[in-house]
Amino acid sequence: MLKISKLTKRYGAGDPVLKELDLTVEGDQLTSVIGSSGAGKSTLLRCINRLVEPTSGSVDLNGTEFTTLNRRELRTARRRIGMVFQSFNLIDRLTVMENVQSGRLGYISTWAALTRRYPREDIRHAYELMERVGIAHYADRRADELSGGERQRVGVVRALMQRPEILLADEPTASLDPKTSEQIMSLLRDLASELKLPVIINIHNVTEAKEYSDRIVGMRYGRIIFDDRPDRLDKPEMDEIYAGVPAMDRAEVGAVA
Amino acid sequence: MSMARTTWRKPPFIKNPTLRYGLYAAVTIYVVFTLATLPIDWDRVSDGMRRAQRIFNGAFPPNFERSGLLIDGFLESLKIAILATVGGIALSVPLAFMAARNVSIKPVYLLGRGIIIVARSFHPVIVAIIFVKAVGFGPFAGALTLVVYSIGFVAKLLAERIEEIDFGQVEAMRSVGAGFLSTLVYAVVPQIMPRLVGLGIYQLDSNLRASAVVGIVGAGGIGATLANAFGRYDYDFALAITMVIVGVILLSEAVSGFIRKQIA
Repeated sequence: MLKISKLTKRYGAGDPVLKELDLTVEGDQLTSVIGSSGAGKSTLLRCINRLVEPTSGSVDLNGTEFTTLNRRELRTARRRIGMVFQSFNLIDRLTVMENVQSGRLGYISTWAALTRRYPREDIRHAYELMERVGIAHYADRRADELSGGERQRVGVVRALMQRPEILLADEPTASLDPKTSEQIMSLLRDLASELKLPVIINIHNVTEAKEYSDRIVGMRYGRIIFDDRPDRLDKPEMDEIYAGVPAMDRAEVGAVA
Repeated sequence: MSMARTTWRKPPFIKNPTLRYGLYAAVTIYVVFTLATLPIDWDRVSDGMRRAQRIFNGAFPPNFERSGLLIDGFLESLKIAILATVGGIALSVPLAFMAARNVSIKPVYLLGRGIIIVARSFHPVIVAIIFVKAVGFGPFAGALTLVVYSIGFVAKLLAERIEEIDFGQVEAMRSVGAGFLSTLVYAVVPQIMPRLVGLGIYQLDSNLRASAVVGIVGAGGIGATLANAFGRYDYDFALAITMVIVGVILLSEAVSGFIRKQIA
């Protein structure tokens, strides 16, 4: 169970990007976070595994308080959170297998990582997951030879290699065409229920969010203003989430990726 | 009614006309003044022309009789260049990581940049003079000189390449809980590898050229052979050496250009 409470993030001296935000995610729910650019979705996700340092508040994953960990503890704790990125963030010049195995870098020794001597069990697990998402035959190909959808599958497998307790996906389909995008969304939904894995997805495509999620969270100005089942998200709620000028939101929050 | 304009001129580089013409005038006056006051002795220039004439007369035809000496000098230059490139790159890689703002912490970054600036601030000839004083005449001084020269170039450009990497890959490695070294090797090294190989080949080529120059101040190699030939007024042998240097450098440039094109 992930329990976020009173999470605040402020860049510099400006208005906070996240304002005392509370959110709890549990079970094998697929939760979609929607909101206009600059609402704080990316910052929220990155504050969970502290790729962005939260200013205050608490992030608790199955009993571990993340915000107070020191560097070494944080590294160990990050292994328990898988993350999938909008631009895949694969290592282009390495093979698919190396990319997949890089999900285990928190577990294996630096020497094993440098010499690419991966444990047998990890290799077996990798083939199993790659088979599951349909990229096993690409194991020896370079990651940059694959198409967008295939690359995002590599990204998903890399995250799953961590045997994570939760999966965070930061706009995983925003760089993909509509059809591939749907495939990735349904893959994430299926994996969530197969692996009993809670998944949080930042997403811009509201239609997809409604179709594939169990729960939708609407953010605006660093606050959650909607949190309910997808079928409760109607036009008035949508208008509220996406009201205003996006540029104004961005100016207010400053430097959010 | 608005008039459609039919003429357009590119806006001047310096907007303010007073500043613009003032600057032009200042530059012109300075150049004229400098030419007028420089102690150029035209008699000595014409003397020099005669001496140059004599040197060129002595240089033709080039003399390849002592080709054994020439080949030895070249092999030594080649050894210096290879040694200096390998050593220079081995030192440049860690230094480049130190001097890259995005992967290094501030004090280490400043130290790395500082070392690179020092390595860059002296021309190889000056470094060679210092090393010749320190370790004596010969190829070792030349190799040390070119190591410093290689660091100044390779480490700086490599550090800049590291600063340009796609940081998302680093973020991904951090998110899986990878350690510092693993993160560098997985997320950074593959991205900078093509540049590193390219720089290495270019630097080998460049070190070969520079080894001819630093040899003149006593740091071994073909440069030393050339300086000796000049010192003994063997202008025909000197011409032979010069011709071979040009030939070898053309060749090495072609080879390195070809290899760099293949790996790009």
